[in-house]
Amino acid sequence: MNEIGLNIRKLKNKTFTVVIALFTILTALPLIFIIYYVFRQGIAAINWQFFITLPKPVGESGGGIANALLGTVLIVLVASVMAVPIGIMAGVYMSENPDNRISRSARLAVEVLNGVPSIVIGIFAYLVVVIPTGGFSSFSGSFALAVMMLPLIIRTTEETLQRVPKALKESALALGAPYYRVIFKVVIPSGLSGIINGVMLAVARVTGETAPLLFTAFGNPYLNWNISKPMANLPLLIFNYATSPYKNWHRLAWGASLILIIFVLLLNITSRLAIKKWKIRF
Amino acid sequence: MENSILVTENLKAWYGDNEVIHGISMSFPQNHVIAIMGPSGCGKSTFIRCLNRIHELTPSSKTEGRIRLDDESIYSIPAIMLRRRIGMVFQKPNPFPTMSIFDNVLAGYKLNNIKLSSDEKDEIVENALRNTGLWEEVKDSLHQRGNFLSGGQQQRLCIARTIAMKPEVLLLDEPTSSLDPISAGKIEDLIVDLKDNYTIVIVTHNMQQAGRVSDKTAFFYLGRLIEYGKTDQIFTNPKHSKTQNYITGRFS
Repeated sequence: MNEIGLNIRKLKNKTFTVVIALFTILTALPLIFIIYYVFRQGIAAINWQFFITLPKPVGESGGGIANALLGTVLIVLVASVMAVPIGIMAGVYMSENPDNRISRSARLAVEVLNGVPSIVIGIFAYLVVVIPTGGFSSFSGSFALAVMMLPLIIRTTEETLQRVPKALKESALALGAPYYRVIFKVVIPSGLSGIINGVMLAVARVTGETAPLLFTAFGNPYLNWNISKPMANLPLLIFNYATSPYKNWHRLAWGASLILIIFVLLLNITSRLAIKKWKIRF
Repeated sequence: MENSILVTENLKAWYGDNEVIHGISMSFPQNHVIAIMGPSGCGKSTFIRCLNRIHELTPSSKTEGRIRLDDESIYSIPAIMLRRRIGMVFQKPNPFPTMSIFDNVLAGYKLNNIKLSSDEKDEIVENALRNTGLWEEVKDSLHQRGNFLSGGQQQRLCIARTIAMKPEVLLLDEPTSSLDPISAGKIEDLIVDLKDNYTIVIVTHNMQQAGRVSDKTAFFYLGRLIEYGKTDQIFTNPKHSKTQNYITGRFS
């Protein structure tokens, strides 16, 4: 090996390191640009009125998105109330009985469900909730979102609880504790950081979902607290207003996008902090 | 004749189709320390896990034979009541990570939803911690989580948590195998102290430990009880050649 050959190899190594580093930086660019543009366009729409008033009719300027803010909070809240207990319990069962037939089938079902396009879940909710109840409702939207949240919650719960040492559970049982109290007082608390993280990520994921809400929650130009009636929400409002020809509505759509992005970012950041704070090492 | 608190008759245990205990009959005299020693895989852990019915929690496991506690079959006592009378400490120290030291000692009461007045709580915690020699070391940090404690302190906390339930029998499954020699020595001293109030069954693969702490020693080999007798006699004058080979280090 002469010296020139060696130098070429060194150069190749250097180049390769730089190239993979560049690609890594590249992956962060879309997010940075999204945040930059949404902030630039959206920040102008944000003021006190934006949060507390309803959208104005076409032609009038001003107005806010109070209906969609309330709607998104209510829809996601009801979805969480349905999905979180079911998801956690299913995750507990699957980590407690990892190899039986129920768990194996459930694991497969969860994987497939995770890959089902959200629009299909929307159609499913339309069929099983909207049609039987006779109309669009916020509840049917929550139902669709709950279905979408389940896989993430179940999987993170199962994975976290599998890392809880078996001996910890046995020690609790050896103190004479009944099984269900061992689960609720020892096993779940020991895995709480992972479970909370899963729930937060699931919430963050479905908060921005538009497709499942198209023919379930439907949207509503007015403020609505009743979950059996159609309800406005941020993603649908963005979709409708951004595709409209009106400048004022575009402004509201950018503002709503900004709120949505900030919400999702905050959830992601808090879930990371939650993991750091409550993580228990075994 | 000693008064036996716990007796097994022809006890057999399986994991799936694999019989790991082949009919062991043994009696445990009250307020004694009984060591069970033997090479890895001889069934000593499985054997004591049968005594508090933890073994049966393993899927597809099975036991056969009789076990009596105070002349009553343990199978006629609800498992959760039995486990309060026969406490167990495991190989690795494992205080409950989400609970404070104080709550760890009371974990048995909390997990069984037994209500105590705060005076009773303080008394139980202080007694259990004093009896395990931890009180002076942790009395100022009772309401912190126990993860800053050393391994040996954590193991003593686990023993405190077990004796807080006032069991009759204490099962110790290789309680010092993950500890440094000094911490292990403290646990051994503690075991000797505790026999005034409890009957202690300790599983160990450390012969010196068996010799130091126990009154009686049993030698298990391949799921059978080879020899059982006074510790002095087992170590100085074993009757069975397998026991002799084991204690002279010809196999381990």
